[in-house]
Amino acid sequence: MNVTIVDYQSGNISSVINSFTEVARGKVNLEVTSDIKKIKSSDKIVLPGQGSFKSCVDSLNSIDGLVDTLKDFVITNKKPLFGICVGLQMFADIGYEEAKTKGLGWISGKVLRINNQRGKFKLPHIGWNEIEIQKESKIFKDIKNKSHMYFVHSYEFIPEDKSVISATTDYSSKIVCSVEKDNLFGTQFHPEKSDKTGLKIIDNFLKL
Amino acid sequence: MLKNRIIPCLDVKNGRVVKGINFVELKDAGDPVEQAKIYSDSGADEICFLDITASNENRDTIIEIVRKTAKECFVPLTVGGGVRNIQNITDLLLAGADKVSINTAAVNNVNFVKEASKKFGSQCIVVAIDAKKVSENKWEVFTHGGRNKTGIDAVEFAIKVEENGAGEILLTSMDKDGTKSGYDIDLLKTITNRTNIPVIASGGVGTLDHLYDGIVKGGASAVLAASIFHYGEYKIKDAKEYLNSKNVSVRL
Repeated sequence: MNVTIVDYQSGNISSVINSFTEVARGKVNLEVTSDIKKIKSSDKIVLPGQGSFKSCVDSLNSIDGLVDTLKDFVITNKKPLFGICVGLQMFADIGYEEAKTKGLGWISGKVLRINNQRGKFKLPHIGWNEIEIQKESKIFKDIKNKSHMYFVHSYEFIPEDKSVISATTDYSSKIVCSVEKDNLFGTQFHPEKSDKTGLKIIDNFLKL
Repeated sequence: MLKNRIIPCLDVKNGRVVKGINFVELKDAGDPVEQAKIYSDSGADEICFLDITASNENRDTIIEIVRKTAKECFVPLTVGGGVRNIQNITDLLLAGADKVSINTAAVNNVNFVKEASKKFGSQCIVVAIDAKKVSENKWEVFTHGGRNKTGIDAVEFAIKVEENGAGEILLTSMDKDGTKSGYDIDLLKTITNRTNIPVIASGGVGTLDHLYDGIVKGGASAVLAASIFHYGEYKIKDAKEYLNSKNVSVRL
């Protein structure tokens, strides 16, 4: 199996590479690239994302043909894609970080700054928080409800269709922290930094 | 609910751990990679390396250590010490650090914090503030391990780094550091009240009660400690169980 981590200069993806490499060892052929041909021929894609919604979308758009290739992969060919952090947020139609920015529009919804109740909750939301599983998700196989995951973010994805939500986390309100829609998977938390539980989620995705 | 983090810090000099864990099972007590792995396996919420190498020539050593550690530890890794320019940050992040901690360079030029957080995102920019009490409820920023007085008010500086995009503040009391008499709670409380980003408490931990005070009385989001873990007085697990028993939420 060929899995590609999309390297589109979205900031620091070393940790994503390290943890996927650890889990994939001997089982999966892992590529880190923005090469359109290689992406097209992969079986699965990992879409990381760090920094602002706008900077990630801008970086994706700056690589010729990348957005269309990803869309074909996900929407037309229905192959599995895993978005992490801003990688997940970009599934939305629109984001409001830095400036109003059009997202990929794969799952209807928007990305807004977390309502921290006038400073009652510090932002960014940094650290380990429990996830509350809302529906069965293939990437949660053998993951216990209330497992701890590592978060670093100030914005949250609000999907229109709540049935895509596979987990939430409690930080000032119930924040969407995982979605599954057909072949699309995404987590707001960082499985690559969430110790053994996080590696298990990566393993579940690679085993799909 | 968001958990309070416990962060062990390893001081690294010329590629070797200076104050390190003294466990019998350690093959090489000076190996930072091995020590980081032990911490991560025992439940540390993050790992922090502080490079105290004096010269610039040995920068590559810390990069190599970060690279090896990041391949074995799958919890967040923060690296500080000698981070002076964008290239230093790029090198550390590419090697596998998740966050970098900026100290003197932020004091010299707060625009560097702005530039760095714009380029890499606030999530990976920690500003380390070393503060010393100068009078009642007044603290001043010091650099170079507490040797150089800057004349800058610590509280005002904390607010300023937040405005410039810092994602977290690592706050060390120079009066308390190494004393094992507990964090400077007044300093912590003042800064956590005046800023809206997470503050990591540092400097002075001698007992598990001090960790409790840092979180509950000082309002810190995370507590950093070095010697109480290094010398095996307490394990990370002891600290977490103790805090949990006193109703402080931690990742168990």
